[in-house]
Amino acid sequence: MSDQEDDIILSELNDEELVQQMHDDLYDGLAEEITEGVNILLERGWEPYNILTEALVAGMTIVGHDFRDGILFVPEVLLAANAMKAGMAILKPLLIETGAPRMGKMVIGTVKGDIHDIGKNLVSMMMEGAGFEVIDLGINNAVESYLEALEAEQPDILGMSALLTTTMPYMKVVIDTLVEKGIRDDYTILVGGAPLNEEFGKAIGADSYCRDAAVAVETAKDYMARKHNQLAAG
Amino acid sequence: MTDALTQLMTERDWLLADGATGTTLFNMGLTSGDAPELWNVDKPDNIRALYKGAVDAGSDIFLTNSFGGNASRLKLHDAQSRVRELNRAAAELGREVADATGRTVVVAGSIGPTGDIMEPMGSLTFDSAVEMFHEQAEGLKEGGADVLWVETISAPEEYKAAARAAELAGMPWCGTMSFDTAGRTMMGVTSADLAKMVETLSLPPLAFGANCGVGASDLLRTVLGFAAQGSERPIIAKGNAGIPQYVDGHIHYDGTPDLMADYAVLARDCGATIIGGCCGTTPDHLRAMREALETRPRGEMRPTLDQIASALGGFSSASDGTGDDAGPRPDRRSRRRRS
Repeated sequence: MSDQEDDIILSELNDEELVQQMHDDLYDGLAEEITEGVNILLERGWEPYNILTEALVAGMTIVGHDFRDGILFVPEVLLAANAMKAGMAILKPLLIETGAPRMGKMVIGTVKGDIHDIGKNLVSMMMEGAGFEVIDLGINNAVESYLEALEAEQPDILGMSALLTTTMPYMKVVIDTLVEKGIRDDYTILVGGAPLNEEFGKAIGADSYCRDAAVAVETAKDYMARKHNQLAAG
Repeated sequence: MTDALTQLMTERDWLLADGATGTTLFNMGLTSGDAPELWNVDKPDNIRALYKGAVDAGSDIFLTNSFGGNASRLKLHDAQSRVRELNRAAAELGREVADATGRTVVVAGSIGPTGDIMEPMGSLTFDSAVEMFHEQAEGLKEGGADVLWVETISAPEEYKAAARAAELAGMPWCGTMSFDTAGRTMMGVTSADLAKMVETLSLPPLAFGANCGVGASDLLRTVLGFAAQGSERPIIAKGNAGIPQYVDGHIHYDGTPDLMADYAVLARDCGATIIGGCCGTTPDHLRAMREALETRPRGEMRPTLDQIASALGGFSSASDGTGDDAGPRPDRRSRRRRS
């Protein structure tokens, strides 16, 4: 039926068309095509950082918006993020080599007792998609493992996630421990997970509750911008 | 022999299920992050009290304390080798409490999601999901559960895997999904999708429906969505008692017993046969629900979305992906076919 449409040759597209096509391919979760697209742009002399922002991050932003608006759901977003990852695998070493600007650094993990890491993985992938460096602690993290990672990585942001009512109060345990140690204000703390809401986030002392991965990225960018402004002003 | 649930459903046109497990166990001192299933062996009196709370409040069905009792979840607590034992204990305690009542009370063996993502996005294969659920099902069966009760599922393949496990264990079962993302499950399943899917299974559930999710209003919209498919199969409504709040170190749900009583009656009018609560639903809520179901008449017509919203509060999203107002699908961006 649409044989013709299958026959798009990426290398025959001009830069603008190719970037558009990569947005579509990210949306459709086509990892091989993204890999090919990234390589073509590199061959054409594009800066790795420009490929990241204009082709990949811009494409994932569309995915993020449609996820936020209830048009795309988790399976589609996971496939898109997977395609993004394929592109990042090529770009990551080049970005480090070329000293491209960094958005910020985040340590993220699901709290003790909770293995529901779908939302956390989405946040992790979309934060990377937005150019953040992400240290993912995985599932079932006790307060000690958060502390260790904060010490070792010195991130800007700490992200915590829980899906079950039985595990969400543990976020407060972590934040209370940071307060006790006097290091709470060294980090922006973002929390998320299906049973949570904004009031809960405030009540346990987090900086923000993020409804979904797209919101988490926007919120993280906001906080980083504020941080930069403060540094500039100070 | 007919199972206890089928029997009850032939005698009555509504049944009261139970309320919250996690919320109740927290109030008994369960520490956040710990596995509730370990208490089936370590603190059996607390689990008896949990079950009795529901039964004494008038529940016809209660769920065993085995929601996270599959190998994948118990692995977090290094208890993956105790699946059979912990599930058997959960059901045995349930049997004991149910049999002491002198009336028919259904012991429903709770089976929650594995927490893993199914292929191709994740690593969980259909076969390994079946195997995990089957192991759990056998434990619940040994302990004397009347039916299996699969709940809070979001992926269609995982629901099917649980169905297959029930079939392998030779157990009747019920299965609900959690519709928490713009009226769909996290994986994008609509109420209409589930109603259609259950009829395709080789061992269909005795009843299907929705649990947890986002508040009582959303849950009833989902029930209306099931009913709109014209299914003859009994529908389950197990909604949360409102929205969680954090008060003085505890999770508190803002839905009052009065609100849950209204919810129960509305759920029945929407077409649900088995009505209960989920997170935040205490015995006080259940008592109010029972009284309302017994004393208030059935409505003449199905409630409208406006009536639900004015009684229970607004919806979390404008559409739930069913009917004419279904949101736009991403066809605008499919210039390339997946080969």
